[in-house]
Amino acid sequence: MPNKKPERSRAGAPARSGVILVDVRDPADTPPTPPGDPLPGTVRTIDLQVRLLDENDRRAAENRTFLQQRGIRALNFVSSPGAGKTTLLERTLDALAGEVRCAVLVGDLETDNDARRLRREGLPVAQITTGGTCHLDASMVARGLAALSLGEVRLLFVENVGNLVCPASFDLGENRRITLLSCTEGEDKPLKYPPIFTSAHAVIVNKIDVAAVLGFDRAVALTNIRRVAPQAEIFELSARTGEGFDRWLAYLRALL
Amino acid sequence: MHELGIAESALELALTQAHSAGASRVLRIVIRVGALSGVDAEALRFAFTVILPGTAAEGATLQIDPVAAIAYCPACQKDFFPDTDHFFECPTCGQLCATVKQGRELDLVRLEML
Ligand SMILES: Nc1nc2c(ncn2[C@@H]2O[C@H](COP(=O)(O)OP(=O)(O)O)[C@@H](O)[C@H]2O)c(=O)[nH]1
Ligand SMILES: [Mg+2]
Ligand SMILES: [Zn+2]
Repeated sequence: MPNKKPERSRAGAPARSGVILVDVRDPADTPPTPPGDPLPGTVRTIDLQVRLLDENDRRAAENRTFLQQRGIRALNFVSSPGAGKTTLLERTLDALAGEVRCAVLVGDLETDNDARRLRREGLPVAQITTGGTCHLDASMVARGLAALSLGEVRLLFVENVGNLVCPASFDLGENRRITLLSCTEGEDKPLKYPPIFTSAHAVIVNKIDVAAVLGFDRAVALTNIRRVAPQAEIFELSARTGEGFDRWLAYLRALL
Repeated sequence: MHELGIAESALELALTQAHSAGASRVLRIVIRVGALSGVDAEALRFAFTVILPGTAAEGATLQIDPVAAIAYCPACQKDFFPDTDHFFECPTCGQLCATVKQGRELDLVRLEML
């Protein structure tokens, strides 16, 4: 079986065919093994057994330590888009103004509208633009924290990206996860998206000012929430009118 | 979709591991996906078709091993398969206190490479 391919050799050395070949290819440029069935016996297997969220959990633990050392309590607000996270935070910040120093991190896909709505005198606010990522992760929050001046701050509010699925898997290092459900979304949301409710410390049923008009069945909603999140404290309130806010503010003060 | 981010971190990990093992090509990536992991297997598969080309794992087979959800009722001291509408309800005693024993997995399990 004659081998027609010219033999390669070290630079300048004459090959047996008499043709001098100079190989100047960078070894890094050598093309990878071409696709096709591998030769038997050449495949190697490595067992990894790595949790893909380990890295996020590690960074979340760092955030938690960072916040704890500064005496800051952090809350992570999650919900579908439009459930009222920003409105809730606006009213909460106004109610706590002059009493508790707060700071805010807002995650958003593209715009900084929410961060502008939340701007207040003396309040550190940072916008985290995720550029399409549908949730905040712990490293984004770490960068947000580095951008804020946190002196004297006691409460950190993190408004997550509006999404009921993905944020459930990403610990940010918060002390409390608060899931919002608004009356406009229907009573069965908790049953359709259990993990985000299961992992919540508290569930806020927002927009109760329009519940009656919408024919929202409170009892059914509460039963569904308790079913998937028996551990969660439940607040029924209106971020627009302020109804039900006293209990919510008491919950926040009790965290300090 | 956060499957893209998951796929990216899995691939990065796989390529780093393959590189340090001196491999030139990754042939198979095995990922374990629990029913409660929040990750959709089809979306994950799609994400891989987007990010594999041009890497040492181009053309690799993605093997997704599904893991069923298993819950545990402390009152009955029994495991059961929860259904998504009655997540924490024990089918024996009807209590809502069950805990998840299995189904949150999202692991890079194994690599095959040349
Ligand atoms: N009726 C009513 N509307 C509300 C309430 N809270 C928020 N909204 C409205 O719902 C819309 C979305 O609110 P926003 O705070 O931006 O939601 P986010 O996307 O979760 O931050 C806005 O038009 C708010 O004015 C509420 O308690 N009652
Ligand atoms: Mg908002
Ligand atoms: Zn039971």
